[in-house]
Amino acid sequence: MAGKIDELLVRRVAQLARLELSDQEIVQFSMQLSAIVNYIEKLNELNTDEVEPLAHCLPICNVFRSDEVLPSLTQERALANAPDAENGYFKVPKVLENGGGA
Amino acid sequence: MMKMSDSYTIVVGLEIHIHLATRSKMFCSCELVYGQPPNTRVCPVCLGMPGTLPVMNKTAVEYAVLTAMALRCQIAPLTKWDRKSYYYPDLPKNYQISQYDLPIGSSGYIEISQEDGGTKKIRIRRAHLEEDAGKNIHDAGGYTAVDLNRAGAPLLEIVTEPDMNSPVEVRALAEELRRIVRFLGVSEGDMQKGHMRFEPNINLHIQRNGQVFKTPITEVKNLNSFRALERSIAYEARRQYEEFLEIGRTLQMGNKKTFGWDDEQEITVLQREKEEAHDYRYFPEPDLVPVRLTPEWLAEIESRLCELPLAMERRFQREYGLSRYDAGVLTAERATAEFFEQTMRLGAEPKRVCNFLTQAGLKIANELSVPIDRLRITPETLAKLAQMVESGLVSTTAANLVFEQIAREGGEPEVIVREKNLLQSSDGGQIEVLAEAVIAEQPQAVRDVVEENKKAKKALGFLMGQIIQKAGGQVNPKLVSQILQQKLNALKGKP
Repeated sequence: MAGKIDELLVRRVAQLARLELSDQEIVQFSMQLSAIVNYIEKLNELNTDEVEPLAHCLPICNVFRSDEVLPSLTQERALANAPDAENGYFKVPKVLENGGGA
Repeated sequence: MMKMSDSYTIVVGLEIHIHLATRSKMFCSCELVYGQPPNTRVCPVCLGMPGTLPVMNKTAVEYAVLTAMALRCQIAPLTKWDRKSYYYPDLPKNYQISQYDLPIGSSGYIEISQEDGGTKKIRIRRAHLEEDAGKNIHDAGGYTAVDLNRAGAPLLEIVTEPDMNSPVEVRALAEELRRIVRFLGVSEGDMQKGHMRFEPNINLHIQRNGQVFKTPITEVKNLNSFRALERSIAYEARRQYEEFLEIGRTLQMGNKKTFGWDDEQEITVLQREKEEAHDYRYFPEPDLVPVRLTPEWLAEIESRLCELPLAMERRFQREYGLSRYDAGVLTAERATAEFFEQTMRLGAEPKRVCNFLTQAGLKIANELSVPIDRLRITPETLAKLAQMVESGLVSTTAANLVFEQIAREGGEPEVIVREKNLLQSSDGGQIEVLAEAVIAEQPQAVRDVVEENKKAKKALGFLMGQIIQKAGGQVNPKLVSQILQQKLNALKGKP
């Protein structure tokens, strides 16, 4: 099958998702993912010129809560499932890249 | 260092993050508060536990819309949420809920004040809502410590066009934006506390022999004060120009680099060179429904807009004849500006009221860490006090003492003035006696005035001072001047 998703792309996506895949899996997933993408592409045959893009599959919007504070977890409960913690902090392997998040 | 034929323009755009001052987080009900023990304001939602669902904080959406309106943005009638994939421990879900293709606001602008008194428009590309990440602490040793109290805090991201051309302009924009969000009441805007983060993107357009060379763009992070922001731009401009002279690299030849600001050495330090753009793999957030901003809702939010600080500053100059400096100090905080205007409506003299507020008023407010309208003095008492100075009942010095006492403890100016015996004498008879005594004691000064020689002006001031001193300071200077003039004129043989 013509690979829509070649092995290089599978490796890259696996790396982004922090998945460790064997060479065999990469070949296998490349074929499976290509088949899925080919299948989905059938939708491109539809004419959607007059159709508004859909942001969400439910026909509702504006679901809010009011800005009120409710009790949080205790520190002990918050850290209960953590593989490692110290002094109230989650303890994780040292992060090298200084991404700074948002 | 600069080659004779070169000249360059600094080009800066800003990415700005503002913490909105809601009580609870963006998508859960955890309290938003600073300085708490780590991981004590967290719940299954902001910890990214499986099976949890986010719910939008309505106030956060309204604050974002209000700010976007103040920045003259077009407001999207329909806006939605997207996931930005990011693998980093301060984001426990491994994605950040953000807005990608339908930001709340777009194509706006902010006006900044320029050195020459004019204004410059800096275009706003977009303004969108997102959730903040937690805090990583790297200096803990061989591991990273993570505090998620801040994770999920509502964050307004504002991106400007690269319209700023100097460190001063960048600072002016940052300070103006801070003043705006504080006026609107949507953020405390404290940079030290991380309520506002500014990340400039900087490069140079170098003109040489009729050609323009653009240097590679750098982004600077870790700026914790307006001063650091301003200095980092100046430093980067110098560094980029020197790098251009050395290796001649231009925009097309390099990827964007990220630098961190070293506040102690006041230099930028290379953090990373982006090998390839981050692959955030944005896609619509399936856990949240879109937001439809109806005309009625928008009108309601718009009714909360106030006059913007720069417009107010300009109006204070025009309407009350205040200097740019005075108008700037009065409009630094909305509470001060409104206090001033309320006092004006009671018919007080602008400059005098301005002096009370910006000197004693702000000093005491700072001391007590409260806005000026929380002091015990009211616009009514201030107007009365200003009137008393105007009519010569109390001296400016005495009035400042009265102001201070009322600001701290409350009270009525008339009562305090009487209690403290601060009323100025406007007893013409007493002043005449003192004036005659001084004229008799100071023949040389009197001669200078009568002869109208070079020292006349100084001598007149000296005589005034002597009379006021004899009266123990509590005397109406206008009246003293009048009576003294009469007596001296008589000596000159004039009517």
